[in-house]
Amino acid sequence: MAETATPANPETLRAARRSPASHLAPTFESGSVAGTVALKEIPFQTMVGIRVDRDSDAGARLASVTGGLPAACGEISGDERATTLWLGPEEFLVVAPESAHDSLGGDLVRALVEALGDDPGQVVDLSANRTTFELSGVRARDVLEKGCSLDLHPRAFRTGTALATEIGNIPAMLFKTGEDSFRIFPRASFADFLGRWLLDGMREYASPEVP
Amino acid sequence: MLLISCPNCGPRDETEFHYGGQAHVAYPENPDALTDRQWAEYLFYRDNTKGAFAERWVHSTGCRQWFNMLRDTVSYDIQAIYKMGEPRPDVNTSAATTPEGATK
Ligand SMILES: [Zn+2]
Repeated sequence: MAETATPANPETLRAARRSPASHLAPTFESGSVAGTVALKEIPFQTMVGIRVDRDSDAGARLASVTGGLPAACGEISGDERATTLWLGPEEFLVVAPESAHDSLGGDLVRALVEALGDDPGQVVDLSANRTTFELSGVRARDVLEKGCSLDLHPRAFRTGTALATEIGNIPAMLFKTGEDSFRIFPRASFADFLGRWLLDGMREYASPEVP
Repeated sequence: MLLISCPNCGPRDETEFHYGGQAHVAYPENPDALTDRQWAEYLFYRDNTKGAFAERWVHSTGCRQWFNMLRDTVSYDIQAIYKMGEPRPDVNTSAATTPEGATK
C-alpha cells in the first residue's frame, strides 16, 4: 500500500527536499555545450510502480487511470498528464510531474491505489526511488553510446520508446523523448555516479573536433 | 561477451543477466521422506555436462523474468531459449528455433 502522509503545508515540504543530483546542478550547467549536448536533472518527478496482470479486471481499471498499460518491451502509454513505461510483462512505472503527487495537491497515487483495490498486484509510490536526467542535443546519442550497448540508432531506437538497460555499467531506464533528447532514470544512489559519468562523456564535445 | 536473446526484450548483453544454474531440477515430492544423502543431492549435486546443457537465466537489469536456455558448455553456442515450465527442447531434430542473435 502506498501510504502518503499529507503535510499541512506543501511549501514546507518543497523547501525541505534535496534531489539526488542537486549538488551537481552547477557542474551540469558548466559541462553542457550549447547547441551540442546538454545535461540537467529534472528532480522530484512523481513515480509509481505498478505490478498487475494487464489482462485482468484490475489491469483494466489501472489502465483507465494511466491511459493504458504498455503491452511489450519498449512501449509506453499515457498522455501529457502521466507516462507509463513497460518494465516487465506485469510491471510498469508511471512517471508524472511532481504536482501529480498526493502530498503536493495531486491525486495520482491515491487514484491508482483505489483502482487496484483488493485485487492481486501492487501500487507503490516510488517517487524517491529514481531521479530523472535529461540529456539532449545532437551529441546526446554519442555520449550514451560510450556506455550503453543497446542499438541507439534512430532506426532501432525510436522516439517514444523506453528500455531498461545498463548505462555506464549501472542499471537505468532510458526513455527517448525526442529525436535528440533522452530521459534517463537512475536510482537515487547512482545519480551522482551517472551524472559525473555523463559529464565525462560530454567533455570532448566542448573542444574543437580533431580532424 | 554472450549476446542473449531475452524472450521478452530481445538480444541483450550477457552483463544484463544472471545465471541460475541447472534447469529442470524438480523439488522433491515429499522432502520428509528423503535421507540426508538424497536431500543433499537435491540441494547441491548438479550435472557437469560437456556439451548441450539446460540452465536457468534471469534478465536482472531488464524485465526481471526467468527463462531457460540450452547452451553448449564447450562452444558457448546458445541452441535454444524457452519458457520456464516448458520441457527441454530436442535440438537435434531442429525442432527448437534459434532466436535472433543467439549465436555468440
Ligand atoms: Zn528481458
